[in-house]
Amino acid sequence: MNSVLPWVVLLAPLVSAAVITLFTLRWKAVSSVISIAAVLVSFTCSSLIFTQSGIAAAEFAWIDISGTFKVPLGFTLDQLSKTMLVLVSGVGATIHIYSLGYMRDDEGKSRYFAALSLFMFAMLGIVLANNFVMLFIFWELVGFTSYVLIGHWFYRDAAADAGNKAFITTRVGDFGFMIGILMVWMATGSIVFSEIAPRMPSLASHPAFVTIAALLIFCGAVGKSAQFPLHVWLPDAMEGPTPISALIHAATMVAAGVYMLVRVAFVIQASQTALLVVAWIGAITAAMAALIATQQNDIKRILAYSTLSQLGYMMMAVGLASNDAAMFHLFTHAFFKALLFLGAGSVIVMLHHEQDIWKMGGLSRKLPITFVTFAVGALALIGCPPFSGFFSKDAILAIAYERNTPIFIVGLFTAFLTAFYVVRLLVIVFFGDTRSEVARLSKESPVVMTGPLIVLAILAALGGFGFFARNFLTFPIEKGVAFFVPALAFAALVVGSGLAIAIYRNRTGEPIDVEVLRHKFYFDEIYAWLINWTQELFARISAFFDRWIIDTAAVDGSSRGTWGIGALLRLIQVGNLQAYVFLFGLGVVALIYFAVFRS
Amino acid sequence: MVLFIIFCPIIAAILIMAGAPARKTALVASVLAFAAALFLLAFFDQSQRDFQHVTSFTISPDWHLSFTTGIDGLSLVMILLATIVTLAAVWFTGTIEKYENAFYACLLFISGGAIGAFASIDLFFFYAFHELALIPTFLLIGIWGSGNRVAAAWKITIYLAIGSFILLLGLILLYQSFPLAARSFDIRALTAAAGLGQISADAQRHVYLLLLIGFGILISLFPFHTWAPEAYASAPAPAAMLHSGVLKKFGLYGLLRLAIPLLPEGTHHWANLLVVLLLGNIIYIGLVTIAQKRLDWMLGYSSVMHMGYIFLGIASATVLSTTGAVVLIFAHGLSIALLFALAGELRKKTGTLVFDELGGLGKVMPFASLAFGFGVFAAIGLPGLANFAGEIMIFFGAFKNGWEMAHFHIFQIATVLALWGVVISTVYMLRAYRKTFMGTMNERWKEVGDLRPALRVPVVLVVGGLLCYGFFPQSLVQMVTSTFQTYLSANSSHLADEQSCSHGAVRRLRFMGPADGNAPQGRSYKVANKR
Repeated sequence: MNSVLPWVVLLAPLVSAAVITLFTLRWKAVSSVISIAAVLVSFTCSSLIFTQSGIAAAEFAWIDISGTFKVPLGFTLDQLSKTMLVLVSGVGATIHIYSLGYMRDDEGKSRYFAALSLFMFAMLGIVLANNFVMLFIFWELVGFTSYVLIGHWFYRDAAADAGNKAFITTRVGDFGFMIGILMVWMATGSIVFSEIAPRMPSLASHPAFVTIAALLIFCGAVGKSAQFPLHVWLPDAMEGPTPISALIHAATMVAAGVYMLVRVAFVIQASQTALLVVAWIGAITAAMAALIATQQNDIKRILAYSTLSQLGYMMMAVGLASNDAAMFHLFTHAFFKALLFLGAGSVIVMLHHEQDIWKMGGLSRKLPITFVTFAVGALALIGCPPFSGFFSKDAILAIAYERNTPIFIVGLFTAFLTAFYVVRLLVIVFFGDTRSEVARLSKESPVVMTGPLIVLAILAALGGFGFFARNFLTFPIEKGVAFFVPALAFAALVVGSGLAIAIYRNRTGEPIDVEVLRHKFYFDEIYAWLINWTQELFARISAFFDRWIIDTAAVDGSSRGTWGIGALLRLIQVGNLQAYVFLFGLGVVALIYFAVFRS
Repeated sequence: MVLFIIFCPIIAAILIMAGAPARKTALVASVLAFAAALFLLAFFDQSQRDFQHVTSFTISPDWHLSFTTGIDGLSLVMILLATIVTLAAVWFTGTIEKYENAFYACLLFISGGAIGAFASIDLFFFYAFHELALIPTFLLIGIWGSGNRVAAAWKITIYLAIGSFILLLGLILLYQSFPLAARSFDIRALTAAAGLGQISADAQRHVYLLLLIGFGILISLFPFHTWAPEAYASAPAPAAMLHSGVLKKFGLYGLLRLAIPLLPEGTHHWANLLVVLLLGNIIYIGLVTIAQKRLDWMLGYSSVMHMGYIFLGIASATVLSTTGAVVLIFAHGLSIALLFALAGELRKKTGTLVFDELGGLGKVMPFASLAFGFGVFAAIGLPGLANFAGEIMIFFGAFKNGWEMAHFHIFQIATVLALWGVVISTVYMLRAYRKTFMGTMNERWKEVGDLRPALRVPVVLVVGGLLCYGFFPQSLVQMVTSTFQTYLSANSSHLADEQSCSHGAVRRLRFMGPADGNAPQGRSYKVANKR
C-alpha cells in the first residue's frame, strides 16, 4: 500500500527549514513555532506509520542513467526503521520544546531552529534510506547540521574550532565509508540494501575483499559515532548549545553509526574478522572514554565521554553479531542520555552558563525537579535495576559473556567505571555545600524545560521493561546466564558507586589527580603533532615548491630563456598588449592558412 | 535563438563601446541572454539525440567551412552556466573608476565568446570564439587588476597563448588526420567519420596528446597551472568569476566534445598519464591550497584543484563519469563564481584578504557569510548542492573502470586518492571560512556593512541553481547522457558487439578479440583477458 505519510515525515522538517531561512529569520517566535509544528507533524505521522503494517511509499530516481547507474530515493519501512522514526521524532520533539526555554533570549534563535529542522530532515532521511548513496547523502547532511549547530555561537573561537574539528574528523571516516560503498557496489552491482543482501553469500569466495569492504564501511560509523581513534571531536562538540548536545551528540546522530551498521549487518556479518574488529573498537572506546570521564570537571564533557562509552557498548554488541542488543541499548540510551543532557542544560542555564562541577554543589535543594529527573537518568546510565539502562546493558554483557570473555571483562570493568564517574558527578553537583555565588542564587527552571525532563525521566525509568520495549524491539535472547551476569554487573555497580561516594563526599576539590586521564590520553596533542608534521609540512613544502620551483624556476625561467619561445616573447614584449593581440590574431590566421588550406 | 544568445552580449558590447550607458545595457543584455537560455532549456527535446536549433551559413563549400551553430544537451548545459555566471558577474560589477564602458564591454565579449564556442558546431568558429573571449580577459587583468597586475597579465597572456597555440596545432593535425574525402570543419561530420574508424590509432595518439596539453594549459592541468592562482588573485572579481566559472571550462568542453568522441584510442592510450597529472591537481595542489594565507589565492588554487575531479571523469571516459564531469563543470562554475564574487566584495569592504587580518565577519555580514557558506559547502561536495551529484557520478564511474575483484588498478587507486582529496578540500575550505567569518572579530571591522540588497539577487540566483540541481540532478543528467550515449556508442559501432553502453565495457570487448592488433595496451584493462 503506497502512502504519502513517509514523505510527510521526511519533508515536513525540510519545509520548515526552508521557510525559516527564506522568510522568517527576523521573527524569532514565528520561526520556533514553525519548527516545532514541523517536528510534531513528523512525530504524529511516524506514530501512524508505526501502527500500520505493510506500508510503503513511492520512490523516485535521484540519478538514473539507464543500464549504468541508478540512485533511487526510496524508503525502507521495516520494524527497525519504524522504531527509529518514532524514537528520533519523539526525542526530537521534546528537545524542540525544551529549546524554547533554553534558547529564549538567543540572538540567533531563528538560525538555531532552522538548523534544528534541517537536522531532523537529515536524521529521518538516514533512518528511512533504502540504499547506500541515499544513506550517504543524509549522513553528510547530519554532519553539516551538526557543524552548523556546534558553531551556533560562531563568534566564540572555541565553538568555531569545534565545528571544524567535528566536520573534518567525520569526513575522514566518510572517506573510508565511500570506498566501502564503491567496493560493495562493484562486487554486487547494486547500492540498494534489499538487492545487496541476497548477493552477499556469492562473495564468500573472496573473504579478504569482504573483510576490507566491511571494515571500510565501519569507518563511516567510527567517524559518526565517535569511536576510537576518531572520537576526539565529540567532547569538543559540547561547545554547542546543550539541547544540541542532547539531541545530536547523544541521542540520535552519534547513534546513527550503530543504526547504519545494523541496517547493513549483511555486509558486516559476512566477515568474522570485521566483526571482531568492530567489537574490540567498541570495547576499547567504552573503557577508554569511561577512564577519561573519571577525571573531567566540565559537566557536559563528563556526559560526552559517557556517551562515547555507551556508544562503545553498542558497537561491542554489533561486533558480537547481536543487533537486537545493540538496538535495545540505543533505544534506552536515547532516553536517558537526552534526559541527562537536558538536566545538565537546566543546571547550566540556572547557573548562568557555569559548567564547572566544582562550582556547583548542593543543587538538589535548589533545583528539585531537575535533581530527581537527573538522578533517574544517572541511575539508568549506570545500569541500576530496574531502570532502563539495566536491562539493555545487561543484555550486551550477557551476549559478551556467551561469545567473547575478554570483551565481557572489559565491559564489566567499564560498568564499574561508569558507576564511579556518574556517582562522582551526582555527589559533587547535587550534594554537599554550594560552592559558588551563582549556585546559591539558582532556582528551578521554567515548565517548558522541566516538562520535557519529566517525560524523558518516565521513559528512562520504564523504557527497559518488556511490556514497553517489546512493542518497539525484538528482545535479545539470553541463554542460561540469567542470574550470573546481572549479579556481577550489580556488584560492579555497587563497588563503583560506593567508592565514588567514599572519595567525593563533602569534597571541595579533586582529591585524585591522574594527569594522563585529565589530558584525555593526550590524543589531541598527538593528533596535532601528527597533522603538523605530515599534512601541514607537506602543504608548506608543496606550496614552496609550487611557488619557487614550478612557477619561478620552470615557468618564468623558461620564458626568460634564450630558446625559441623566449626569443618570441622578447619580440612581443617590445610592444604593448594591443600590439600583442594584433600579432596573435595575425599569427592564427596565417597558421590556419598555411597549414590547412595549402595542404 | 542560439544565435541570439551568442550575439546578444557581443552586440551589447559593441553598443557600449559606441557610447550606450554601460551598466544598463550590459544588464539588459545578460538578462536577455539568460532568459533565452531558459527558453532553450524549456523547449529542449530530450528524445532527439542530434543537435537542435541548428542554423548554418556556408562560408566555403570547398573546405566544408561554415558558420554553424546549434545545441545538444552538453552545449545547452554549458550555455546555461555561461549565461548565469555572466548575469552574476555583470550584476556584481559596481561603478568602475576608469574606462567603465570598456570594462563592461570586455565582460560581455568574454561571455559572447564563450557562448559562441559552446554553441559552434564548426571547428574553426569553436576555436575562434574562444580566442575572442581570451583577449578581453588579458585586458581586464592588465588594466583593472590589483596587486602585481601587469606581471599577472603577462603571465596569463603568454601562458594561455602557448596553450592556444598547441591546441591549434592539435586541431590542424586532427583535421589532417582524416582522409581527404572525410575532411570537414563540421564537428558532426567529423564525429560520424571517426565513428567509422577513419582516424588511424597512431594519429589519434599524437593528436590527443596535443589536445590534452593545449586544453590542459587552458584548464590549468598540473603542471601547467601556475598562471591560474596569480591571475585570479589579481583579476577584478567579475573577470575572475567569468574566467574560472565559464571560460576555463572551454577546455573541458573541448575534451568532451572532441577528444572523447573523435579520439577513443588516444583517450585510452593517454589515460594513465592523465590520471597521474590529475592526481597532481587533486593531491599536490590540494596541499598547496592548505598552505595559502590569503583568501583570493586560496580560491584560485582550489579552483585548480577541483579541475582534477572533472579530469578524472574525462579520463575514465564512461557515460557515467563524463556525465558526472558535466554536472561538476556546471556546479563548479556556479560555486567558484559565487566565491570569487563574495571575495571581491570582501576586498572592497575591508581592503584585505589576508586570513590573519580577517575573522568574525559573520557578525557584521550575516547574509554574505551565509552565501559564502553555500559556496564553501558546495565546493567540498555537500549533498543537496550540485557539486556532490557530479562528484559522486565521477567516483562511481571511475571506480568501475577496469575493475577486478582481486586487486585495485590505476583507476581504483585514483578514485581512492581523489576521495582523500575531498578531505583535503574540506580542510582548506572550512579553515578559510572559519578564519574569515567565524571566531572573534577584529575591532576594525565593526563598521563593515553587509551585502547591499541589490547584490543579493545574483547570489540567490546562483545558490538557487546549485540547490535546484543538487536536489534534482536528474534533469541535468537526462540532457547530457543522451549526448554521451551517442558519442560512446558511435565509437563502438565499428565493433562487432554493440550491446555495451559504457566505454569501459567497450574496451574489454576489444581486448577479448584475439585478432585485434590495435588493441590498447593500457595496464589497467587486463581484466577481461583473465576471465
